[in-house]
Amino acid sequence: MSAAFRISGAGRLSQAKTASFSFDDKSYTGIEGDTLASALLANGVHLVGRSFKYHRPRGFLSAGAEEPNALVQIVRDDARKTPNVRATVQELYDGLTANSQNRWPSLAFDVGAVNDIASPLFSAGFYYKTFMWPKWAWRDLYEPKIRAAAGLGVSPDKPDPDHYAARYAHCEVLVLGGGAAGIAAALAAAETGVRVILADEQAEFGGSLRFESGARIDGQDGYAWARAAIAKLKAMGNVRVLSRTTAFGYYAQNFVGLVERVSDHLKNPGRELARERLWQVRAKRVVIATGAIERHMVFANNDRPGVMLASAARTYLNHYGVAVGRNVGVYTANDSAYAAAIDLNKAGVNVAAIVDLRDNPAGPVIDEARALGIEINFGRAVVSASGKLRVSSMTVQPKNGGGERTIPVDAILMSAGWTPSVHLFSQSRGKVAFNDETKRFVPGTYAQDCVSVGACNGTDGLDATIDEAYAAGAKASKDTGGSARKSAKPKVDAGESWSRGMLGAAPGAGPGTTVKAFVDFQNDVTAKDIRQAVHEGMHSIEHVKRFTTNGMATDQGKTSNMHGLAIAAEELGKPIPQVGLTTFRAPYTPVTFGSIVGHARGALFDPTRRTATHGWAASQGAVFEDVGHWKRAWYFPKAGEDMHKAVDRECVTVRKVGGLFDASTLGKIEVVGPDAAKFMELLYTNPWEKLETGRCRYGIMLREDGFIYDDGVVGRLAPDRFHVTTTTGGAPRVMNHMEDYLQTEFPHLNVWLTSITEQWAVIAVQGPKSRDIIAPLVEGIDMSDEAMPHMSVREGKICGVPTRLFRMSFTGERGFEVNVPADYGEAVWEALWAEGQKHGATAYGTEAMHVLRAEKGYIIVGQDTDGTVTPNDAGLDWAVGKKKTDFVGIRGLIRPDLVAKGRKQLVGLKTKDPKVVLEEGAQIVADPKQPIPMKMIGHVTSSYWSENCGRSIALALVAGGRDRMGQTLYVPMPNGTIEVEVTGMVFVDEKGERLNG
Amino acid sequence: MLLIRCPYCEEERPELEFRNAGEAHVVRSANIAGESDDDFEKFFFIRANPKGVIYERWRHIHGCARFFNAVRDTVTDKFVMTYKAGEPKPAKLPGAAK
Ligand SMILES: [Zn+2]
Repeated sequence: MSAAFRISGAGRLSQAKTASFSFDDKSYTGIEGDTLASALLANGVHLVGRSFKYHRPRGFLSAGAEEPNALVQIVRDDARKTPNVRATVQELYDGLTANSQNRWPSLAFDVGAVNDIASPLFSAGFYYKTFMWPKWAWRDLYEPKIRAAAGLGVSPDKPDPDHYAARYAHCEVLVLGGGAAGIAAALAAAETGVRVILADEQAEFGGSLRFESGARIDGQDGYAWARAAIAKLKAMGNVRVLSRTTAFGYYAQNFVGLVERVSDHLKNPGRELARERLWQVRAKRVVIATGAIERHMVFANNDRPGVMLASAARTYLNHYGVAVGRNVGVYTANDSAYAAAIDLNKAGVNVAAIVDLRDNPAGPVIDEARALGIEINFGRAVVSASGKLRVSSMTVQPKNGGGERTIPVDAILMSAGWTPSVHLFSQSRGKVAFNDETKRFVPGTYAQDCVSVGACNGTDGLDATIDEAYAAGAKASKDTGGSARKSAKPKVDAGESWSRGMLGAAPGAGPGTTVKAFVDFQNDVTAKDIRQAVHEGMHSIEHVKRFTTNGMATDQGKTSNMHGLAIAAEELGKPIPQVGLTTFRAPYTPVTFGSIVGHARGALFDPTRRTATHGWAASQGAVFEDVGHWKRAWYFPKAGEDMHKAVDRECVTVRKVGGLFDASTLGKIEVVGPDAAKFMELLYTNPWEKLETGRCRYGIMLREDGFIYDDGVVGRLAPDRFHVTTTTGGAPRVMNHMEDYLQTEFPHLNVWLTSITEQWAVIAVQGPKSRDIIAPLVEGIDMSDEAMPHMSVREGKICGVPTRLFRMSFTGERGFEVNVPADYGEAVWEALWAEGQKHGATAYGTEAMHVLRAEKGYIIVGQDTDGTVTPNDAGLDWAVGKKKTDFVGIRGLIRPDLVAKGRKQLVGLKTKDPKVVLEEGAQIVADPKQPIPMKMIGHVTSSYWSENCGRSIALALVAGGRDRMGQTLYVPMPNGTIEVEVTGMVFVDEKGERLNG
Repeated sequence: MLLIRCPYCEEERPELEFRNAGEAHVVRSANIAGESDDDFEKFFFIRANPKGVIYERWRHIHGCARFFNAVRDTVTDKFVMTYKAGEPKPAKLPGAAK
C-alpha cells in the first residue's frame, strides 16, 4: 500500500520496490531511491527533531546537503550509531533504523522545551554572560550541564568496526558538481581525451534538474538528458564519475579533498566494502559547478515543521513523488517559488495562497499560477506561522502594516532567493565580489587554476549556464593538452530562470520586533539576536558571528549567512560589502574522522620497529617499552619477580658476572671519505684527526647555539671511515643535521654519510666475564687488554659472520658491543647467550641499562639534558677540543649567558634517607621554609633505586651545582620535604678500575 | 598540499616529500669562533620572517635528500621558484613586477 502522501504518477521512483524502516521505534514503508526525508514525508511525518538551544520542534527545511534541522541518529548496531546524519541526504535502505535527537523523553513532549519559554536567558552572547559567576560554578555546574545539553546526537561508545579507504587521483579537469553546468563542462572536456573527474554529492546526478520540471535539453526532459549524459560519460575510459561524493576542501594548487560515501546507503554493506573513501585529487584545472542554495524567509515561527524551502517541496514532488502537504501556502520574494506552487497544484495539492512581498511582479510563472486559479497576494508578508508540532496556519498582512488575515495551511513553501555556493571558490582563496544589483556575492578574483560556472557564478538561466559551463570545460581541457575535437554542445530548448529576492528579516521581524524569526535554524539564532549583537558593540560580521553563533553550526550557515549579514548591515547602517562576508572553511559538509584517518589506525597508526632479538626476548618473557617507534626489552622478570626485583637482579648480576643487552636501536651512521676526519672535527666538539684507526672516542655534538644535541661513541675503522653511534631517538635528526652541514656549509668536503642503524644488530656484553663470554666465538681478533684496550674497535668474525667488535662500556664494567649484520643478530645473540649461561650471566633490559649507567654518572642526552645544557654544565668539558678553531657550536659556547656563573650544572644527589627514591622532574630548593612560590634552583633528571649501592641515587641539574658539593638541599613533595645531599655523579667505582676488571 | 619543484630531481613533487629547513642565505662565517656577539646574534637568532617573498631552504628528504633553496610568498603560500643550494639569490623573480 502506498504511503499517504505519495502521489501516484509523480516522481521517478519505482513504486514496486519498497523498503521498510523505523523512526523512533515506529515502522514505516518507503521506496527504494527515497532519502529518509522523502520517505518520512511520504508518510506525513514532518516533526523529526528538536532544536539545539530552545528545543523547538523542527522538520525538514531542505531536500539536500544544506539541511540544518533534520538531523537524526542512524543505528545499524551497537558500534554503528551515527549521530547528526542529515535525513535529507541519508538514502533509505530496507531495515534502516533512525532516531530523533535532542529530545527527552519524547519528540512530541520534550522537557528541554522549557528553554523556549525561558529564551530571554539564552539570547545572543548568553554563553559569555550567563555562565561567568560565581567562578566555582563553571567547573561544578555550568560546564557539565552545557556539555550534557550540547551536541545533538549520541556518540557510539564502541570502536568503529568499519574501514575507510583512501585514494590519490590526478586529472586534467576536475568538475565539482553534477548539475546541468557540471555535466556540460564534463562533456566538453571529456571529448578531448583528457582525464576528467566529475563528482556530485547526491546519489543521482542532475542537481536542480531533479526538480526543474520546465527544463528541456536536446529535445528531452532535463533530468533525462542528465541521466543520458552521465551514462555516456561513465562509458568513457578517460572519465571517472563519482556520485555520493562531496568535495569538502579546496587546498593549495588545485588539491581537492573529496569524500565518497561508499556503503551508507546499503542494507548489508559487507566487510569488503569501505564505508567511505577519501579522494585526494590533484587537478590541472578545476571547474566549480556547485550551484546555488535557496534561502528561507525570515519571519516569526518560520521554523515550524512544515515550513520549508520551495525548491525542497518541488524536489520531493518531482523526484520522489511526495507531496509535503495537502493545503500549502507559499511565501516568496522571487519567482522560483511560483514554479513550486504550479507543480504542486498540477499534482492535485491545494495551494491556499501565494504571498509575494513584491509589489507588482510580472512574468510567465506568475501568469501561469494565476491561470491555474491560485490566489496571489502582492505586497504582503507572512508575519507569523501558527501550530507547534506542525504548521497549521499563516498570518498575512500588508507589508507596510494593516489588517491581518489568517490562512489555514499544513505547509509553507518559502523562497527569499538563491545564494550562489561560493564555498569551494572561497576555500581556494579566491576573493568574492558583491554584485550590488543582484545582492549576492559571486566569484571575483581567482587565486588558483579554477573557474566557476552556472548558478555558483551568479549566472542565471539554463541556457546561459550551459553555454558558460560548456565553454569552460572546453577551455580547461584545451589548456591542459586536450585534442581540438569538438562535441555537440547541449542545446537548451526550455529552461527556468530566476534571480533576485530579498536578504534579511521580512516585515514583522524587522527592527524593534522580538519575534522568533530564525536566521540560523541549527544554532537557534534569530533576527533579534543579530540586532542585539550589533547593539552590544559587535560591528564586524566575524564578531557578530561568534557572539551569536550564527553560521557556526555544522551546516556552516549555508542558508543563514547572507540573512545574518544583511540584518547586521541594516542595523549598522552600512552597505553589505563593508560589513564583510565571513570566511568559508573546509569542510563544506561534515566529514567523518574515519575518512580522514583511513587505514592509519590501530596497528597501522604508526610503524613499529623491532630489533633482531625481539622474538627471543619475547620468548624469555621480557616486558617491552616503547622508545620512539622501537619496542625495547624493558626487563626480563623471572617467575615471581616484579619489575623492581627483576631490575635489581639484572643490575647486580651484570656487575658480578655479566649481562647481555640489545643495543641495536642506537643510531648508527657511517662517515666515509677522504675528508671524513675533517668532517668529524666540524660536527663534534672532540678532536678526531689524531684518533688512531681501531680506537674509539666518546663524541659530543652541539647545535650552533652551544647546547648539547647528541652524543655517542665513535670508532675509527680506517683513516677514511668512522662508525658513529647516536642516541636511539636522535638517529634521524643527527643524520639530517650532518647532511645539512655537509651539503650546505661544508660542501667542499669529500664525505659520504650512510645510515646503518638497521644494517647492524648490536649486542652489548658487559661485566667482568664479558670477554670470557665472547672470546670463544670470535675469530681473527686478539681480545687481550694489550691488543684491544678499552675504547677500541676491531673487525673480524663472530660465529662465522662479520663483526665490528667494540670494546666500550655504558655500565662502567669491562664491556663489549658486538655489531653483526642484523640478519644474524638473533643467531649470534643465542650463541652469546649460551656462552653467558655457562658463567651465570643475565639478559638485561633498558631499565637496568639506565640504572647501571646512572651508577656511573653517564648521562642520557634528552633525559639529563634538555636542549639548554652545555658540555660544561654536564661536566663534559674534557670532551671539547680546546685547540680547535672550528666546530658547530664553538661560537655559541662562549655566548655571555653560557659562560656566566650560576648556571645549572649536573650533579649527583643522595637522599638523607637512603630508602627514599626521588621523583624524576622533582624541583629542588635551597630553603624549604621560604614562602610559596619558592625559588627553585634545579630539578632531578634521573633517579633510581641502586641495588648495587644499597641505596637510592639521583642525578640533577642544580644552579651552581659543582660549588655545592656536600650541601644539603631540599625537594618539596606533596607528602613532605625530602632532604638530599649534593654529591659527585659517580656512585660506583669512582676510579674506573672495573673497566679492566 | 603544495607541489614543490626539486631543482635536483627537476620535477614537481608533493609537499609530503619535503621538509622546510629555515631561512636561506644565512651564511655561517668561515671564522665563526672570532665573531662578535652582535654578528653571532644576527647569524643565529635574527630572521627576516617577512610578509611576502621569503627565501628559504627546503630538503627533499623523502626523495633525493638534497637541500635546496626556494622563493616562496608567505601570504599566498605559493612557491615562486626553487634553485640549488649554493646558487646566489636570484636577481629577478619570475613574474615579479620589475
Ligand atoms: Zn629531489
